[in-house]
Formats: sequence, C-alpha cells, structure tokens
Amino acid sequence: MPENNGMTIIASKGTLDWAFPPFIVGSTAAAMGKEVTMFFTFYGLGLLLKDLSGLRVSPQGNPAMPMKMPFGPQWLQKIDFGPKIPNIMWNIPGMELFATNMMKKTMKKNNIATIEELRDVCLEMGVKLIACEMTIGMFGYSREDFIDGIEYAGAATYLDIAQSSNHDLFI
Amino acid sequence: MAQHTLDATGLNCPMPILKAKQALAKIEAGDTIEVICSDKGSTNDFIAFCNQTGNTLLSHEAKDNQFIFNIEKSA
Repeated sequence: MPENNGMTIIASKGTLDWAFPPFIVGSTAAAMGKEVTMFFTFYGLGLLLKDLSGLRVSPQGNPAMPMKMPFGPQWLQKIDFGPKIPNIMWNIPGMELFATNMMKKTMKKNNIATIEELRDVCLEMGVKLIACEMTIGMFGYSREDFIDGIEYAGAATYLDIAQSSNHDLFI
Repeated sequence: MAQHTLDATGLNCPMPILKAKQALAKIEAGDTIEVICSDKGSTNDFIAFCNQTGNTLLSHEAKDNQFIFNIEKSA
C-alpha cells in the first residue's frame, strides 16, 4: 500500500448527470481502502442538501446526451431521439422536467444507484464530505439545509488535505 | 473459516464493489465470501478491487451473464 493513500475530489457541478461521477469514484475509492475527501463547491454544493429532489438534467446545449425511451417496444427503445430533436425544443417550459423524468426512469430501469444511496455509502465508509463555506454564504443557504455528518471549510483546508493525497480530481 | 454469500445480481457499477466491501467488513479474516453479480464490468473491477485491498481472489468465473467471485478476506 502506498504511503500517500489519499484521494481528493472537488465536486463543482450540481446537475443530476454530473452528480454521479464524484460519488461513484469517491465511494469506490473508499471501498478500495483510500482516504477520500470530497469538497463541494459552487453548484456542487447542492449535492449535500437534505433534499435532492431538485436535481435536474438538461439536454439544452448537451448534444452528446442520448435520448432513448426507457419503455415501449424494443425497436422504439433503440432509437436515439437526441440528434433528431431541435435544441430549441428544450426551451419550452416543462421540457427539462420531462427530460429529467426520462433520465430517472432510465436509471431506475437499469438499477443504477441513486445519489442518496451513493452519498450514504460514502458517509458510512468514512469519506470526508466538506461543504464550501463561501458558497453557502453566496447562495444563501444555512447549515440546517445540509445533511448531518459533513464538515464546513474553505479552499485552504482542501489544499492542506490535497497535500498528502496522490489522486486529486476536479469534477 | 466460514463461507459467506453475497448476491449482488441486478446491481450496477459501483454497487457490487460497495456491497462486497461492506460484507467483507462484517466477516473474519480467513473467511471467504462468494459474490454473485450480473454487472458485465465486474470481472475487471473485482480483480482490481482485490489487488488494491489485499484480499485474495481465489477464483472467478463467468457463465450465462452471471459472474461469481470467491474472495478470501486478508488479515
């Protein structure tokens, strides 16, 4: 086992799709024996809220996002509507919610763990979750909005921990 | 030396690894655990997991979209 056994992740994005990479890599690294610290800043801060029902995914400006039906006959499920739907369609009120619901259905159908589940596993495995104090002030949150078991700090704390880490990811 | 079983069928990456880690935490060193998965990436993942954690991967097999791993917990 290497001497520097730490891993740090800066989670800076707060959409439903981008919520997954930090929690998947963080929880898996902890399971593999690493000392993991995750620092949640800017839009990533929302991933530490008690209520994650606001997580959304937007196909707007995201041409790489496949749009496949999570139900229906096999031939229909194979069609990728992503390139077929003009981007302007996603400006219509309700379309983002529609896309989010489709994504959630697709994930459920494929037995993908939820963000809440992955976050709980992280806490259970001793991953240090740090909320960026500056972002809390900027976005007008208070500590009651966040889950228990997390810490509150700033950039200097992150850098101090990153000093003794051999994997540092910015997501 | 007890023999344990963990059925992680239906779960996707990274849940089989996370469940295996949690199950390993509850058993004694020298015990073995048989993990059953359907996740197609699990073979490489369990080899890597055992490599990193020092647990011994006694055997692994794949048949009919079922992946079975025998892991011995290290001291």
